[in-house]
Amino acid sequence: MRKIKYFQAIHEAHSQSMEADDNVIILGLGVPGPTGIFGTTKGLVDKFGEARVLDMPSSEQGMTGVALGMTIAGYRPVMIHMRVDFSTLAMDQMVNQVAKWHFMYGGKMKAPMVFRMIIGRGWGQGPQHSQSLQAWFAHIPGFKVLMPTTAYDAKGMLLSAIKDDSPVIIFEHRWLYNVDGIVPKDPYEVNLNSARVLHKGDDITIVATSYMVLEALKASEILSKHGIKPEVIDLRSIVPLDIDTIYKSVKKTGSLVVADTGTINFGISAEIISRLMEMDHSVLRNIPKRIGLPFCPSPTSPSLAEKFFPRANDIILCVCDILDLDKNILSKEGDKEQWHDVPDSSFTGPY
Amino acid sequence: MDNLLKLFESMLRIRMVEEMIAERYSEQEMRCPTHFCLGQEAVPVGVSSHLRHTDYVYSGHRSHGHYLAKGGSLKAMVSELYGKETGCALGRGGSQHLNDLDAGFIASAPILGGTIPIAVGSVYSTKSNVTDKVSVVYFGDGATEEGIFHEALNFASVKKLPVIFVCENNLYSVHSSFDVRQPKDRNIADIGPAHKIPSVRANGNDVEEVMKIAGDAINRARDGGGPSLLEFMTYRWLEHCGPNKDLDLSYRTKEEMDEWLSKCPIKLFETKLYKKNILNKESRFRIEQKILKEINSAFEYAKKSPFPDPQTLFDYTYVKS
Ligand SMILES: Cc1ncc(C[n+]2csc(CCOP(=O)(O)OP(=O)(O)O)c2C)c(N)n1
Ligand SMILES: [Mg+2]
Repeated sequence: MRKIKYFQAIHEAHSQSMEADDNVIILGLGVPGPTGIFGTTKGLVDKFGEARVLDMPSSEQGMTGVALGMTIAGYRPVMIHMRVDFSTLAMDQMVNQVAKWHFMYGGKMKAPMVFRMIIGRGWGQGPQHSQSLQAWFAHIPGFKVLMPTTAYDAKGMLLSAIKDDSPVIIFEHRWLYNVDGIVPKDPYEVNLNSARVLHKGDDITIVATSYMVLEALKASEILSKHGIKPEVIDLRSIVPLDIDTIYKSVKKTGSLVVADTGTINFGISAEIISRLMEMDHSVLRNIPKRIGLPFCPSPTSPSLAEKFFPRANDIILCVCDILDLDKNILSKEGDKEQWHDVPDSSFTGPY
Repeated sequence: MDNLLKLFESMLRIRMVEEMIAERYSEQEMRCPTHFCLGQEAVPVGVSSHLRHTDYVYSGHRSHGHYLAKGGSLKAMVSELYGKETGCALGRGGSQHLNDLDAGFIASAPILGGTIPIAVGSVYSTKSNVTDKVSVVYFGDGATEEGIFHEALNFASVKKLPVIFVCENNLYSVHSSFDVRQPKDRNIADIGPAHKIPSVRANGNDVEEVMKIAGDAINRARDGGGPSLLEFMTYRWLEHCGPNKDLDLSYRTKEEMDEWLSKCPIKLFETKLYKKNILNKESRFRIEQKILKEINSAFEYAKKSPFPDPQTLFDYTYVKS
């Protein structure tokens, strides 16, 4: 089995999708450049040419409209934003045009577009460079919203997204790029409608998104040592939401923690818990817990960021609360780092 | 002190501050993205030579020079980079969110073009000609690709607002050269006239030229003559973000870099001052020592300042009522 990094998996998906279909093009500031969006587009311009691997002015709004226009000319554009935050400049074209394009002309028009957006947590990225706005886009009918965690899904979901005739938004956490995973060489697709159970267990269900899945796995490892068996679910797809997989798990465990990379309030976890309640109000035997960003902008200072961004410890504390366990299991796990604003060095995979 | 000497000192101070930040950045105590302005010191110094502390200045991600030239507190800036409570944004914003209201440096923010319309709005008044305050906003060539830049120019022109739009054209947006983003033979200064805004393109590494051109624009604005667009050609010496050189990425050539290094704004001006007998080796040394002392004490202050108390995480999300 071949092991490659998340960024390499994305690169491979780009390359294979462009080989398979001449109409696939990529655009974004720095896409053909020397660092190539964390290596995910590096060198593609040499293989496919400048007409298909486009640099662009920093005109997010205008270029989104241009990309939508390109779909009328028959192309399938993949647009890349180095930070989720930069996509907010394109909100009109994305929300008012792209998302509704198919609907508002009675199905006669299509917007087969993909938007890759990078979540910029870490190293004081601060208020305007580390937002995780998946809930915004999930709130707009018309978008599919994906958050691949593993290298396998990064490749398969990008290939599926490019083939999809609806606009698809892919959130990539920048702390995932160097994580290893098992990735088949040949092209393959991943069902955009399924959460994945990464770790089986009976005691509590932990549903997580993107980078928080790695924190959940770490929490689960520590909890397992203390006899607790959590079931960890990698949500993978926000829209469509695979509530059945979550329901099945919660039916078994009776307890739930949802850990998302975004702001808690009005977010992904609220949607999951509401849907469960609508399906079966007695499925939870304990009060569920939500983990995510507190309701304030992302601070730059490491002393504040430390409290702002949740980690495995926060998940463990929630589990202890729910299952009424001794919280001392935390302190036994040594951690010498003063700050946690760089990727956890133990998170190398393969996942 | 001689006016020209002041300009020199101000440029040298920015240079030395940036060099010290670059030197200490690898200690990993300044834990925030930092964009250096080494090589671009002349523009803010030339422009600021005409500004009063009541005038407003705005900037983007590469803002240290703009802040310092306007009189922003060095201690508060360095503390901000260290993420300390004594920082100019109380550690909440880091290098990219500078602010010193006493100095009239209102705000810098890294979303491209974001502060341009804010600079325009901040000198709008419901009564005409009540003040001769001007508003200066600095941005790069890349930021002019945002629609918001053009929208802001349009409105400033309609209302004849006292805004000086200062573009520092350093030929690159991150690693993308100008010609893949904008028409090759169209200058940024060509955009102003379409909005009926007087515009000039000039050498941004010649502090006296900057001073002269900025002076004309600022005086016109104070006299009610409306906005100006100034495009200053200059060059960034270090990598886009961070303290290192980046020729190894080969998006720009060594020849191009060497040419611009030879056009160092400080060297150019220093040579002139030597010739005019305004500066000599000895007085230069004294200036340098004075600046170094100030910088060292600013770093010391920053390092021993406390971090924000984590309990205050939610402060400033809303105004306390
Ligand atoms: C809206 C938005 N898009 C993209 C970016 C990423 N970005 C940060 S700095 C920069 C380069 C801008 O170039 P320029 O305006 O010429 O300034 P310079 O860095 O050359 O001083 C880019 C693209 C951003 N900060 N905001
Ligand atoms: Mg530039």
